[in-house]
Amino acid sequence: MIDPIEPPRRKNPLLRTRLPASPPRPRSRTSHGFTRAAAEGRFMLQRCEACGTFAYPAREACPACLSAGLVFVDAPRRGALLAETTARVPSDVYFRERAPWRIGLVRMDCGPTMVAHLHADCVEGAPVIMSFQLDKSGQAVAFARPEGETPNMADDRQWREMTADPKFRRVLVTNGRSMIGQEAVAALKAAGAKMVFVGVSEPWRPFAGEQLLRGQAGIEIVTLDAADEKSATDLAADIGGKVDILVNTTEYVRPGGLLDRKGTSIARDEVDQAYLGFINLAQTFGPAMRMRGADGINSSAAWVNILSVYALANWPAFGAYSASQAACLSLSHCLRAELRPGGVKVMNLFTGPVDTEWFQTVPPPKVAPRAVAQAIVSGLKGGLEEIYVGDVAAEIKQRLAANPKALERELDK
Amino acid sequence: MKNSLRTPYDGIVMAAPVTIPYARYSIESAQWWIGRALSALVAKAGIKASDIDGLCVSSFTMGTDSGIGLTQHFGLCVRWLDTIPLGGASAIAALRKAARAVQARDADIVACVAGDTNHVDSFRLTLENFSRFNQDAVYPYGAGGANASFALIARNYMRTYGVTREDVGRIAVAQRANALRNPHALMKTPLTIEQYLAARPISDPIHLFDCVMPCAGAEAFLVMRDETAASLGLPAARLLSTIERHNAFADDPMQVRGGWAMDVGELYAMAGVKPDDLDVVQTYDDYPVITMMQFEDLGFCNKGEGAAFVRQHDLTIEGDFPHNTSGGQLSAGQPGAAGAYLGLVEGLRQVLGEAGPTQVKDAKLALASGFGMINYDRGLASGAAIFAGPAR
Repeated sequence: MIDPIEPPRRKNPLLRTRLPASPPRPRSRTSHGFTRAAAEGRFMLQRCEACGTFAYPAREACPACLSAGLVFVDAPRRGALLAETTARVPSDVYFRERAPWRIGLVRMDCGPTMVAHLHADCVEGAPVIMSFQLDKSGQAVAFARPEGETPNMADDRQWREMTADPKFRRVLVTNGRSMIGQEAVAALKAAGAKMVFVGVSEPWRPFAGEQLLRGQAGIEIVTLDAADEKSATDLAADIGGKVDILVNTTEYVRPGGLLDRKGTSIARDEVDQAYLGFINLAQTFGPAMRMRGADGINSSAAWVNILSVYALANWPAFGAYSASQAACLSLSHCLRAELRPGGVKVMNLFTGPVDTEWFQTVPPPKVAPRAVAQAIVSGLKGGLEEIYVGDVAAEIKQRLAANPKALERELDK
Repeated sequence: MKNSLRTPYDGIVMAAPVTIPYARYSIESAQWWIGRALSALVAKAGIKASDIDGLCVSSFTMGTDSGIGLTQHFGLCVRWLDTIPLGGASAIAALRKAARAVQARDADIVACVAGDTNHVDSFRLTLENFSRFNQDAVYPYGAGGANASFALIARNYMRTYGVTREDVGRIAVAQRANALRNPHALMKTPLTIEQYLAARPISDPIHLFDCVMPCAGAEAFLVMRDETAASLGLPAARLLSTIERHNAFADDPMQVRGGWAMDVGELYAMAGVKPDDLDVVQTYDDYPVITMMQFEDLGFCNKGEGAAFVRQHDLTIEGDFPHNTSGGQLSAGQPGAAGAYLGLVEGLRQVLGEAGPTQVKDAKLALASGFGMINYDRGLASGAAIFAGPAR
């Protein structure tokens, strides 16, 4: 059993901030099959199409029959901890700073033996549940936890290195006027966030849901118009050093594509709000977040983008909007690479049409803003990188993987 | 009594054991160390470098070089060449290949040499780039080299067979006593069992004195036919038998035995000797628990009796089971791939009567073993050789 983590004490500004270090990063190309699994919170192993043998570590041929048909499939997560050790003086800087560090060898029920990071409650000889997690290098590692819940399970020191749990962290939700933004504030507070800053442009102008934010303990409305460089700069100068998680809820949805619009003014607004707003936020908040990736219990941990699933495949009915989202998706990969040295995750949450006014004419199923907010929290707690919220998003992802041309034709209707 | 289908190593001998004294750190390159070993070989054997027509090299720190680059580097013209990247099993593998080469007259004099340097950061770099499985599935876990991997093996082995740290410590303590008589050993102070037990933990149950000290150094010997040795007037040891095995017992969930256990019958059958006949034993001691495993797998006792065996025997030079007489890697140092050669070269000195301060009285018959390449969760390579001095 582990003790709950303590709320961090106020930081002494005279003390040096501990700089982030990264665990070893190189992997074989094939091994990134685990990275893909970890990004989505799946547990996948290679299985031989010819003989059914599960293999680990990543291989190019089946160790039982030499077939090249090794395919990453969702695999049973259960295993037993054969042996453990506590590394006390590792040679790697990242682990040396975090020693003692506990790892073990797990025999999976489906066959392979896996070296894994261990949750503190794992017991030798007892069953464990395996997952792939993204470590502070953004690479997949195996993590074993006990079967079943144990007290304060998510507070485990080694587990918290793999996640971006909002507990005791300070969050900036960039757009408090949106339904998703307001639901996100509530969900993050419920998840134990110490403080949620809510960006609102021109906050003297009343808005629906304002009473849920104003005057609440642990919630602070701040002035932010992400599309305005100066506004973002001013806010970052004020709170940039205490934003541990940034949830970019910028939302600018307009219907229409190319030929039925006149000129570029709407497209320019879409780009200003979504794409350039993203750049403003990244440039003003990103550097401090990258710097504070190892800054204790409330280190900076994650950047969350809410993206339309039509960032992946253009939906002509909202064609220009889809393109602005695709631009943001591409930019998010750039941000992920640039935040990586700080161990800060970039989590993209893909959603189908949300049940808000701008999708009024779109038939159901639509995604409730609350479902998006809950997915944000569960994704942060699980340390994920990609989340698909709702049936539409999940389906688009599958159809894209199955046949992108079919998806393109069928979105045109 | 010989009972093996394999071609005997009739008339194949090893000569000119060479050790270049180790250094904890060296600013020289691996090529420098290998060059010193070759120079010492030539001087010791009283031959010219041009008499060497076969070369077998092992090193972790040669950079982009392999054996071929070294031929030009050292001005050697050989007709048989091998580079063996088998870590702790490199010496046994080199001996086996060289023996067959000279037996088939593909070469007449093969120089087997291993050398590594140790720059301040080179051990960590070797760890980082050890193998693909290690890179993908071990190194990212902070395993910090072999310590954590062997800790898992040691923990499981000790629990399975009821082995205590004190049992394992007897091996390390005895080797330190041996090392104090070896002027080239890096460890120069006595080690008591109390000090062993009180050492700081590295990766439980591995503590400080279970670990070897990485260093720079080189080791070498020559392999030839007995008539060649006779014509050179070189004292030589006859090779009686060898075994080698890789990725043995892959279905064992954890390693509790090495590949020796698969081939040990043949090792003694080919040599026509029994374990009791051996005068001196040199095991691969990257961790003492691996040595204990070898006592079992090499037939000195049954599986699970290793702890009792070390309690019942005195492993020092003057003891009833002289073992790792130069101090082994634990106390002499681990010069990279040359650590694989350390035991074989010391065993050779023993049966030739050239071991000086570490000489076991009347040593005629020796066994040396190798173990290496913890690619993922276990050591993959194992080997052993039995050889006899001229007095036997």
